[in-house]
Amino acid sequence: MRELALHILDLVQNSLEAGASRVLLEIIEDSGADTLTIRVSDDGRGMDAETRRRVIDPFVTTRTTRRVGLGLPLIDMSTKQCGGYLKIDSTVGRGTTVEAVYRHSHLDRPPLGNIAATVKTLVIANPDTDLIYRHSVDDAVFTLTTRELTEILGDMPLTHPDVIVWLDEYIAANEANLYGGVQHENS
Amino acid sequence: MKTVEDLKRMREQFQSQTKLRHAGGIQIIVGMGTCGIAAGAREVMSAILDEIAKRKLQDVTVRQTGCIGMCEKEVLVDVVRPDEPRITYGKVTPAAVSKIIGEHVVNGRIVEELVVGKISQ
Ligand code: FES
Repeated sequence: MRELALHILDLVQNSLEAGASRVLLEIIEDSGADTLTIRVSDDGRGMDAETRRRVIDPFVTTRTTRRVGLGLPLIDMSTKQCGGYLKIDSTVGRGTTVEAVYRHSHLDRPPLGNIAATVKTLVIANPDTDLIYRHSVDDAVFTLTTRELTEILGDMPLTHPDVIVWLDEYIAANEANLYGGVQHENS
Repeated sequence: MKTVEDLKRMREQFQSQTKLRHAGGIQIIVGMGTCGIAAGAREVMSAILDEIAKRKLQDVTVRQTGCIGMCEKEVLVDVVRPDEPRITYGKVTPAAVSKIIGEHVVNGRIVEELVVGKISQ
């Protein structure tokens, strides 16, 4: 996958399949440390040590285990190619945190890509999951939560045509703001 | 620039009677397992949302689901109309979305050439 935003969609899908009701998705761009960190923390059913080892091994991620993430070996590989690492913390019955770290300036680092489309998909297509999205670029932060939106909307569905259009523009504008509203790699 | 205030205003103008229709409305489900995503599921999802916005469809809900186990047929999209069989479309592209929505979702005519499965319920 050429975009980190697609890997991110895949990571959150793993959390949803693990039965998470709350998912915290963080993207942290730190120019001082020259890192781009993607962190997904959920309250899903978690994994034991054996499963955790298996999910990043591309050769044992077979038909029976693919539900816990065919995408993780791909992410593991892409972080390592960019001077970073993939770390999985998990407790059975408690949840899982997956952290993927990339050297921000590494030439082979995939672009973040269309993160707006990823976030929009996750929010609209999973209205019963409490998604907390937090993207920071140094000191600038953009936060969006499903709960805040559904509290405002009440019985107005997230798939209402006007809401879809609003979300499109709201996310795009706030993402652009993170980079000072100037042209950036994702625009 | 759109603000949260705009959203609140929208909510105030919203007429709740559509909620009743919504509960029994049409469901669209997109397969978002790893290979679905790699095959373009997110772009298909975006096309579906654009189409809903463009046609101002008020009684459609959209969901994502995980691996459906038919890699070679990704991107997979299910359309479920109340009291009708569940239809699975395969190899769906953003270009095909407009047809599926226009024909099946709006007019109830199944787009046969894209169907890979039917489940009566
Ligand atoms: S994601 Fe397509 S078959 Fe599993």
